Amino acid sequence: MHMYRPHLLALAAGALLLSACTGTGGASKGADAKAPDDPSKVSGTIKVLTQRTDLVQDGTMKKYAAEFRRTYPKVKVEFEALTNYETEVKIRMNTENYGDVLLIPGVIKKSDYPKFFASLGTRDERATKYRFTDFTTVDGKVYGQSPIGVTPGFVYNKRVWQEAGVTEWPTTPAEFVADLKAIKSKTDAVPYYTNFAAQWPLTSWTFVNGSVHCDTRATTKLAQGDPWAEGADLRVGDTLLYDVVRQKLVEKDPTTSNWEQSKPRLAKGEITTQWLGTWAVIQFQDAARKAGTDPDDIGFMPFPAQVDGKFCAVAGPDYNQAVNVHSENKAAARAWIDWFTDKSGYDRDNLAISPLKDAPLPEVLRPYEDAGVKLIELDDTEGARVKLIDTESEVGINAPEYRQKLVDLARGARRGTLDDFFADLGKRWTETRKNLGS
Amino acid sequence: MTDTTEKAASGAGVGAAPAVPAPAPAPRPARLWRGVTPWLFLIAPLALLVTFTYAPIVNMVAYSFTDWDGVSPELHYTGVENYTELFTRDDLFRVFFVSGYYLAASVVQIVAALYFATILSFQVRFRNFFKGVLFFPYLINGVAIGFVFLYFFQDGGTLDSVLSLFGHHSDHAWLGTPVSANVSLAGVSVWRYMGLNFVLFLGAIQSIPGELYEAAELDGANRWRQFRHIIAPGIKPVLTLTVILSVSGSLSAFEIPYIMTGGATGTETFVIQTLNLAFRFNKTGLASAAAIVLLLIILLVTWLQRRLVPDDKVDLV
Repeated sequence: MHMYRPHLLALAAGALLLSACTGTGGASKGADAKAPDDPSKVSGTIKVLTQRTDLVQDGTMKKYAAEFRRTYPKVKVEFEALTNYETEVKIRMNTENYGDVLLIPGVIKKSDYPKFFASLGTRDERATKYRFTDFTTVDGKVYGQSPIGVTPGFVYNKRVWQEAGVTEWPTTPAEFVADLKAIKSKTDAVPYYTNFAAQWPLTSWTFVNGSVHCDTRATTKLAQGDPWAEGADLRVGDTLLYDVVRQKLVEKDPTTSNWEQSKPRLAKGEITTQWLGTWAVIQFQDAARKAGTDPDDIGFMPFPAQVDGKFCAVAGPDYNQAVNVHSENKAAARAWIDWFTDKSGYDRDNLAISPLKDAPLPEVLRPYEDAGVKLIELDDTEGARVKLIDTESEVGINAPEYRQKLVDLARGARRGTLDDFFADLGKRWTETRKNLGS
Repeated sequence: MTDTTEKAASGAGVGAAPAVPAPAPAPRPARLWRGVTPWLFLIAPLALLVTFTYAPIVNMVAYSFTDWDGVSPELHYTGVENYTELFTRDDLFRVFFVSGYYLAASVVQIVAALYFATILSFQVRFRNFFKGVLFFPYLINGVAIGFVFLYFFQDGGTLDSVLSLFGHHSDHAWLGTPVSANVSLAGVSVWRYMGLNFVLFLGAIQSIPGELYEAAELDGANRWRQFRHIIAPGIKPVLTLTVILSVSGSLSAFEIPYIMTGGATGTETFVIQTLNLAFRFNKTGLASAAAIVLLLIILLVTWLQRRLVPDDKVDLV
């Protein structure tokens, strides 16, 4: 339980130092964390902050650290798992004491990366080997690296879909709704589960962006247009969610849905479909093993939209790991990031896409390869701007509120029409975009 | 000290006593010491108070005049812009309607607490047991209560099964519509906080001297009259305090709706909204301004109440 103490200290320190520290953060701006040449010479103790409380508690992270020590015998790795990662790290980052290696929280502005993190190298040099470098590049330098890549999709129970007579992946939103209807009429299962109460699963609907039109510049389009204009990616995704709820193809009472329970229930076939990401598959397979059903029943399918007869899936980074710019053990910290990304097997253990460009796709995506699903990576040059518009306008495409309102609208707990709802979102978005200047 | 008392004693023995001598002033260091002692005892609590209450408030006031995002090393002074935004955006104040549910609930809560406190202050069988039962919910952690009641209101959950025992087979999504959800949440809040009000009332009632009841009974006053003329005026200060606490509590309702619905389906309260501004949309400056406005509103309401119901002395005898 000692893991809680540093938080209290950090909070106290935060309260005292908040005003003192703002304005001094740029002291070591522009530092580099260079990869060490000789593993046997690097030494020091590094602290790694992570959101994976489960892996720290069950000792998996310790195993990675032990493996790491075989190559870097003089480096000691300590982990600190934060239950509420985003908020806790945010407060700690007002001081200089936020671990040696950490995951870049969403709140940090991209332009501030050089103030908080040491650079891992230039974009040109890293992009030849790694995926997702664009997401952390500022002025040609890269500040973070995600150890896994994920792609959004529907986690579904194959057995129930087959029982309902659906064997092919739906290719349009209308077909998808029709298939869910078939499931509802032919089986006892809940066709789609919103996970309304857990909130965050609803935010993954934003990852529809890019896959509808198979457009790598989808993020740029968000920054330059109205995401809820007719035919725009987010509108297509949100309309599908609305239709599914409107047609009562979801759990009876979304407000009391339960994420932990939804895993065994999907494994048993009581629930059939959820829009999540590749990362979820392993959790559902585990749930299937525990519930005594076949883990192979857990399937994964892309968003029902095709361009030139082909599905499209967007691969994106998970949390990016970075080196604290104030760290005194930058070489050791860099060594950990490189080793964790390249050699730890963390990506395989999570059935995730490897951050290495030349690595094969994970087993989960075998059906994707067979079906010829095109895997694309979004261009993130305008990512920072999209984030700025999003928070300024308080629309929150990465927050659950607006989709909760959408679901409420669809089930009649909120007055209004879908068109007005989208028009309002679009208006707020475009007005903010114009105010910020383009 | 000692030598002045000795002198006084000897003087009295001689008989030719002058007027009682004024105690000579203590020597300087002792006086200094005496002046400092209470502050020494206060160091720890004062340090805590300043560190965890006043310093953050001062900081918060400072942030409310900036556009800080909560983490960036750069922040700009924006004057009263945040306050202007707060008062010109009506959507930010609309959430106060939700407090209406909690206000209505606190009326129910106070009446119920008063009723139970009155009954249990007389001789009733299993009196202490009932006191424990009524106070118990207040001892449970608010987060735990939130989770327990999520199961309670679930489709086919405790509430539905209990209702079906009585032959009412409801098919109601308790947290499904704004009205039903807010009523349910306010109900949970009544369940949780009634125990506190109850204990306050019970304490006040028990401080009323017992003879008064005896005298009243001899005069033939029934229970209602005893309540009307002895208990109600006797606990008026506590009653006023409870009303003030309930109003400010209703305006700043937070943990129950935050844990149970996260503010979905029209259950968002002002505090949840402030939290979202600060942590979802990284507008720490605006959120600080909102927090200060809430503080001012609560201070204003309290002041108004004190003016409307002056705190006069209780004089029963």
